[in-house]
Amino acid sequence: MILDFSSQLDYLWALLPEVVLSITAMTILLVDVFRRGPRAEQSGTWVPAAALAGIVIAAMVTVFQLGFEAHTTTSMIAVDGFRVTLTLVILVATALAVLFGMDYLAQRGLGIGEYYFLMLMAATGMTLLTASRDLIVIFVAIELMSISVYVLAGLDRKDARSAEAALKYFLMGAFASAFLLYGIALVYGASGATNLGLVASELASGAATRNPLLYAGVALLVIGFGFKISAVPFHMWTPDTYQGAPTPVTGFMAAGVKAAAFASLLRIVGVGLAPAAVVWHDIVWWLAVLTMIIPNVIALQEDDVKRMLAYSSVAHAGYLLVGLAAGSALGFAASVFYLGIYAIMTLGAFAVVSVVGGDLDAGAGIGRFRGLGWSRPLLGVLLVVCLLSLAGFPPTGGFIGKLYLLRAAVGSGEGLLAVILVLSSLVSYYYYLRVIWKMYFEPAPEEAVALPVPGRGFRLAGALTVLIVLAAGIWPGPAVDAADAAGTGVAPSALVGGEQSPAPSPVSGGIQVN
Amino acid sequence: MSQAYLGIAILFAVGILNAMVMLGLSHLISVRRKTTAKAIAYESGMQPLGDTRQRFSVKFYVVAMLFIVFDIETIFFLPWAVIFRDLGLFGLIEMFVFMGVLAVGLAYAWKKGTLEWD
Repeated sequence: MILDFSSQLDYLWALLPEVVLSITAMTILLVDVFRRGPRAEQSGTWVPAAALAGIVIAAMVTVFQLGFEAHTTTSMIAVDGFRVTLTLVILVATALAVLFGMDYLAQRGLGIGEYYFLMLMAATGMTLLTASRDLIVIFVAIELMSISVYVLAGLDRKDARSAEAALKYFLMGAFASAFLLYGIALVYGASGATNLGLVASELASGAATRNPLLYAGVALLVIGFGFKISAVPFHMWTPDTYQGAPTPVTGFMAAGVKAAAFASLLRIVGVGLAPAAVVWHDIVWWLAVLTMIIPNVIALQEDDVKRMLAYSSVAHAGYLLVGLAAGSALGFAASVFYLGIYAIMTLGAFAVVSVVGGDLDAGAGIGRFRGLGWSRPLLGVLLVVCLLSLAGFPPTGGFIGKLYLLRAAVGSGEGLLAVILVLSSLVSYYYYLRVIWKMYFEPAPEEAVALPVPGRGFRLAGALTVLIVLAAGIWPGPAVDAADAAGTGVAPSALVGGEQSPAPSPVSGGIQVN
Repeated sequence: MSQAYLGIAILFAVGILNAMVMLGLSHLISVRRKTTAKAIAYESGMQPLGDTRQRFSVKFYVVAMLFIVFDIETIFFLPWAVIFRDLGLFGLIEMFVFMGVLAVGLAYAWKKGTLEWD
């Protein structure tokens, strides 16, 4: 099927996954409130089931969209490999977050229809974000996603820290949105268009690249996105918000929000700002360097595992930025691959934290992980696989992802970035391996509290997570191919960066994995 | 191009200067007598009752939010009504979709008991 957006019906086809998700969300909200009324009791198990069904249908529709051929030079919505791949990543992350969260929410009395409504609405915003090719649509999608997640962060109303998390996230996010909107306005002022395709053709003609408005606009755009992907120095809200929010929400935020915002940043830079590499390359380079070094150093002295994972999530934004700074097709492909694997492994790590640190106000101090590997072997395996992957050990997906990023950085002549990536990963080994050490080589505390036993949904999600992370490390071929196709589609066609370094080798042979 | 904005810049400069001179002069040469009546917070001429930082019931905020939702609905309706003929059937359907989404929200708020004060 060919979409040329001449008829309005084409937009319906192009937005089918978002339509499915939002209709599911609204149905859940209405049916749930008509069944429960104003009472505060929890909703039935049909609610997560309906949410999962909606996500599965949306995923099927997304795969169906692969058969579409869209003329996307000036359309507002893209239907391409990049969108399909990242939409699937986001839908898998959302489904895992729903499955991982059910037990925790039931314990806390938070298993209400509104939670799943907000989650699906946030997912709608995220998938729309991966598809938007127009700065205005991007802004609408970001707001849809962010506002839902602000509320989710404060879902545990009676917990002061959850309220603090929501307030901090909301204030910072509102600021970031203002920056973003102003950046959009200035880019529009410099190029006369909000459509990324038109922005690019205007910039390619050359006159606008010397316009100070463009520099200011790109700087503000990067600040706005820097907040959303929590890049240093815009990461200040991350540890507090991630720690205070209910843990399943934290996992969802770390995986989904970051993946969606980063996907949009990739598309804006790769499609819209590609002819103006001189404007954004140095900013992204420095963001990547700071975001790799600083959180990894801070996380070394963090004793709360939830906070430590928050810093780790900030550091991963830095690794992802390396692919963007490389600016080549290979770099973009590496970022897409790493986004996918990062979303899954960070969700798995936060899921274990939600079990270990879930029932008490004591939080997720590292002492509570002592002996976990022996007392709860399955939880131990899940956490070990996710932590090793976050650290980047073979045979996990995280290792392949980092290898891919390094390859892209070196291929674009960004050797220094590659060196910093390796060194900061080495630093991060300490705090990841420390948790594993506590889990297996230290005895469980005497006054050990019995941890809740996860239900079937959690176990299914845990098994899937381990499977995906290991499969991406042992047999990465299909995932690498998908990431290649996706990344190449939005990457700047010309090699960017300061000097013209040798062209990267063809992407298909870009990485030796077999 | 920058010439065109010169007038605005001058207007800003004169405005700021004017305000500063007025405030500065009155600060320098005025006579000040402090009385208790002057120290009381001004509340439209009435004696202030209670603390300024009193807490309001959250119900006010909920009503305000509902108001804003329908306020914004009206804002969207107006330009739509103006170009309704040009948009044709598609515009009509789109607006019904928009109203449908709002109606979902209203139904939710209603069943949740938000529209009742107690």
